[in-house]
Amino acid sequence: MKKILLVGNPNVGKSAIFSRLTGAKVIASNYAGTTVEYTHGYMYKEGEKMEVIDVPGMYSLEPTSKAEAVAVDMLEEFSKEDDILLVNIVDSTNLERNLHLTLQLIKKKIPMLILLNFWDETSHKGITIDCTKTEEIFGIPVIPTCALSGRGINDFVNRIPDGKVSSLDFEEDEKWDVIGKIVEKVQKLQHHHHTFKQMMSELTIRPLSGLIFAVIVLFISFVVIRFIGESLIGYVFEPIFTKLWQPLILDLSGLLGGSGFLHDILIGQLIEGEIVFEESLGLLTTGLFVPLAMVLPYIAAFYLVLNILEDTGYLPRLGVLVDTFLHKLGIHGLSIIPLLLGLGCNVPGALSTRILETRREKFIVSTLMAIAVPCMAQIAMIVGLLGNYGTKALAAVFGTLFVVLVIVGFIMNKLVSGESPEIFTEIPPYRFPYFKGVFKKLWIRVHWFIKEAIPFVLIGVLFINILYTLGIIQFIGRITAPVITGILGLPQSAVGALIVGFLRKDVAVGMLAPLGLSVKQIIIASVVLAMYFPCIATFAVLVKELGVKDMLKSAAIMIISTLIVGGILNLTL
Amino acid sequence: MARTIVDLKRNETATVKKIEGGYGLKRKLNNMGLRVGSRVTKVTSQFVRGPITVRTGGTQMAIGYGMAKKIIIEDK
Repeated sequence: MKKILLVGNPNVGKSAIFSRLTGAKVIASNYAGTTVEYTHGYMYKEGEKMEVIDVPGMYSLEPTSKAEAVAVDMLEEFSKEDDILLVNIVDSTNLERNLHLTLQLIKKKIPMLILLNFWDETSHKGITIDCTKTEEIFGIPVIPTCALSGRGINDFVNRIPDGKVSSLDFEEDEKWDVIGKIVEKVQKLQHHHHTFKQMMSELTIRPLSGLIFAVIVLFISFVVIRFIGESLIGYVFEPIFTKLWQPLILDLSGLLGGSGFLHDILIGQLIEGEIVFEESLGLLTTGLFVPLAMVLPYIAAFYLVLNILEDTGYLPRLGVLVDTFLHKLGIHGLSIIPLLLGLGCNVPGALSTRILETRREKFIVSTLMAIAVPCMAQIAMIVGLLGNYGTKALAAVFGTLFVVLVIVGFIMNKLVSGESPEIFTEIPPYRFPYFKGVFKKLWIRVHWFIKEAIPFVLIGVLFINILYTLGIIQFIGRITAPVITGILGLPQSAVGALIVGFLRKDVAVGMLAPLGLSVKQIIIASVVLAMYFPCIATFAVLVKELGVKDMLKSAAIMIISTLIVGGILNLTL
Repeated sequence: MARTIVDLKRNETATVKKIEGGYGLKRKLNNMGLRVGSRVTKVTSQFVRGPITVRTGGTQMAIGYGMAKKIIIEDK
């Protein structure tokens, strides 16, 4: 099968082109032996099936960062195969820098095509590019495209068979001269006025206006996530469960005789003869309700907003703005990206620490995330549990976690040896996201959540039921009482939630509901559950990314800080 | 003391004279199109020795303060 490799600098609209080309079925795979993800899918041209691979962005074939190194490696690996076509996607508003990679790709002597993407933007910026002349110089097809409007995509698909090895020849050390000459021949610049986007670009990266804008962006994101999450729950998922699913389960409960071992496992405890989806703790009740009706809506809302922020090009600006502050915690500004991803789910957050260069940075970011960044699943459950007690109770939980993030980071910056490099990042121009691409990415992430989370939730619910039945929870409750009750001020019954927290934090928070805890105890339990240890899925990734030794150190920090923070909360609240 | 891009004022443009960093830094900057002879315009800088944002060609980039100190520009 023909393989089409989409290659280009970061932020040149590669993923949008990819979304245009491929059908609904897009696969996110891990590149062999790494935790770096790439997406691929299939397209059809006159009945021929071709695989399209979205190779992660790179500025050069001589990598200068870990992320780039993997991308280059991937390209090398795929280029070994027979029937391949390189599609070099070029930002036509930034020809000079983009051609640097183009010239390196040419040296690989593989059939190639060039797409001049963001073509529609060139006229706003006073740029004219002569495509025919560019084709003559390179000796390969050069097609103007705009992924947002779909312009040029058909031309490109039609000219796939024309892809060939470029005839351009040059000496390695003359590269920039060659580029200079090409640009001079094919591109004309006219003076143009500052556009609104350029003005915004500057305002949002200046220290003062930038911070104000960041606060507004984060606030709006928060409101939108909450609105979408609550609407999906209130109008879609809860009605489905209460109106459609509940009667079926009640019938089943009757069939099973209303009690007994199987009934407990599948349906759980009836509360005053009724099913309470949040509390019954059966596989078919709580086991499905928590992940689908309480967590999934927030996950979807969160990733939708994050994808839009990612695709507009805002995140690097945020990274630059928080750089000075994050340096106090021993990490640089771009570490905000793994931390934000961790807010969705700690697993992709932990995976993305791969973009960080040194062991020290990775250790600090991973530990901070595991301790102080609760995932959206957990946040949704905490909001569900504490929301009725007002904003103050919620602020106590999330405020505490933020303070912990700052203090633990500050201490680690002083104690962890090694180096943290400085920030270095492109600040891409603002762009309107391509919505089909945004939703495709959303689907990949939601699909991943359903596949990964639901089995864990079910196992967690099953596991806890069995432990209760065997009396093991009660036993652990008694022996851990000095810590749980003595230091943290929680009842022995809370130990069940702490055990389940190893498997799934959302289920664990949910298990606090029927315990009749005071507000203070719910606050402490929520903070402790967030901090004490990562869930098993995150733990597995962290062991792989950090190694066993560093993971043990990280775990020690988590447990010690949990006891200190939990103890302080117990004494002061 | 040699003038570096840190000393540029907002919207001031200058030509890069020398990059004092090692091979790694030079290559990183080169990939973004910033090399000796490039015309660089400062966009903004963050408080307390925060990163410097500059523009060269069509590319905008943020450079940590320490690295930025190594990019020497021609005198006025």
